[in-house]
Amino acid sequence: MIRAGLLIVLLAIAAALIGPALSPYDPSAQELSRRLEGPTLAHPFGLDELGRDILARILAGARISLLVGLAVVSVSSTMGMLLGSIAGYFGGRVDDVVSRVIDVLMAFPGILLAIALVAVLGPSLTNVVLALSVIGWVGYARLVRGQALRAREFDFVQAARALGAGSGRIILRHVLPTAMPAVVVQATLGMAGAIIAEAALSFLGLGVQPPTPSWGTMLDAGRSHLFDAPHLTIFPGLSIALLVLGFNFLGDGLRDRVDPKLASH
Amino acid sequence: MLRYLLRRLVLTIPVLLGVATLVFALIHLVPGDPVQSMLGESASQEEVEQLRHALGLDRPLLVQYQSFLAGLVRGDLGRSFRFGTPVAEEIRSRLFRTIQLALAAMLVALLIAIPLGIVAAVNRGTAVDHAAMTAALVGISMPNFWLGPLLAILFAVHLGWLPVAGTGTIWHLVLPAATLGAALAAILARMTRASLLEELRELYVLAARARGASRVRAIVRHAFRNSLIPVVTIVGLQFGAVLTGTIITETIFAWPGVGRLLIQAINFRDYPLVQGCILFISFTYVMMNLLTDLTYGLLDPRIRYD
Repeated sequence: MIRAGLLIVLLAIAAALIGPALSPYDPSAQELSRRLEGPTLAHPFGLDELGRDILARILAGARISLLVGLAVVSVSSTMGMLLGSIAGYFGGRVDDVVSRVIDVLMAFPGILLAIALVAVLGPSLTNVVLALSVIGWVGYARLVRGQALRAREFDFVQAARALGAGSGRIILRHVLPTAMPAVVVQATLGMAGAIIAEAALSFLGLGVQPPTPSWGTMLDAGRSHLFDAPHLTIFPGLSIALLVLGFNFLGDGLRDRVDPKLASH
Repeated sequence: MLRYLLRRLVLTIPVLLGVATLVFALIHLVPGDPVQSMLGESASQEEVEQLRHALGLDRPLLVQYQSFLAGLVRGDLGRSFRFGTPVAEEIRSRLFRTIQLALAAMLVALLIAIPLGIVAAVNRGTAVDHAAMTAALVGISMPNFWLGPLLAILFAVHLGWLPVAGTGTIWHLVLPAATLGAALAAILARMTRASLLEELRELYVLAARARGASRVRAIVRHAFRNSLIPVVTIVGLQFGAVLTGTIITETIFAWPGVGRLLIQAINFRDYPLVQGCILFISFTYVMMNLLTDLTYGLLDPRIRYD
């Protein structure tokens, strides 16, 4: 499972990096006279509502999806690890404040808060990353807080403290490394979550704006052509599902390695 | 039990207050002037001031906040800028459709997940198990905004069996419910399998077999019933995901519920209505989680609250 996931993810990264250079078509070049044309040898995924090559747009869209995933995971994991470790290590008031903020943010189901934030901030790629990071850090913070609570009682942490190490050093060098395997698993699954959330927001018209190629926006455009051009819906959706499946396979596999007890289930 | 109930209720209040505060702050996060943004660039200064006054946005922030919370306690979510009607009324008129869709989706999910989970657990480690669990992982990875149109292409466009959108008959509910329920079905199937495997290791299952119960009877009558406890909990906890899922599903199938209302409100920049829908969905989610927590003890007599 982990190998299949890794293969899908690596293929997607390769497609995003070198795909647009290999494709003979410009993802924004329009050929209106051939709009909605189905798959052919020259255009394996067909043409869209403006006569643009769907494969070229999917390859360009892969960059957006991976970029959003990477940005959201980087920002939210850094923020979550920082706040979670501080809350867990110091406890007391700091922990109370961070925990209450986590409770409130967790009270919003799924991407509802992201929808709300993008609705008021305006649809754009930057706002999508911002909104998804605002909800994303909570998961990491909860995870790291729990680990930090346990780690501060470990002998090696007490020893470091006795040797005069400062709190910052203890958190960075001793507490955070104990949480890293779980954070890596969370980040891998978080990539899947961010990619799907970006596509969902773009599908609702709240994310990446046309003409920038995004898989969610492409699916949204396909909705008006379910009867006459289903290929507009099939290929972008397949790309999202495959990439998300790849990250889920990878995350599940990594989780089984990190915590072998789960593998038996 | 009563003490636990009261404690849980008291602990929920600050969360609800935090949610309400965040939703209140939303309109103030709009870049520039939210009133100008609602009316558009062509609106005159007089119109802008009029609407600002009508929405109460010309008052000091603290007064606005107090009045927002006071309104909330009375069930007053303000007035929709687009429809000119109370926000609560707009939500109420669409509530039935959203609940209908959410319940139908949960039913679809259970009908798929439980047999799939049982078959996988009973055939653990075999090709059947791997196929069932791969199907579940595919289900989790398949976004509903893709599954919905795919089901519509197959069952409405090609086969012509079902209507593609709208409401009216029970058949209109099938595609939206299947779309919304698929991801939940995948999660529940994995949960049913894991939970049943756990129960099958218990001694009482072995005892039932030793007393002469057939394998099927030992599974269905003994292990399965106990394995349902975590499954029911997940159904409750996943209600939030289903509720959020209605936003996309209702948009795809033009289903006139609260989720579609939210997207329409965003498109119209009707911020009071956006705030109302967000508040309604998140409050429902918090209360459903609370209810799940409380009913957990009723399902499993081994759980004590003191």
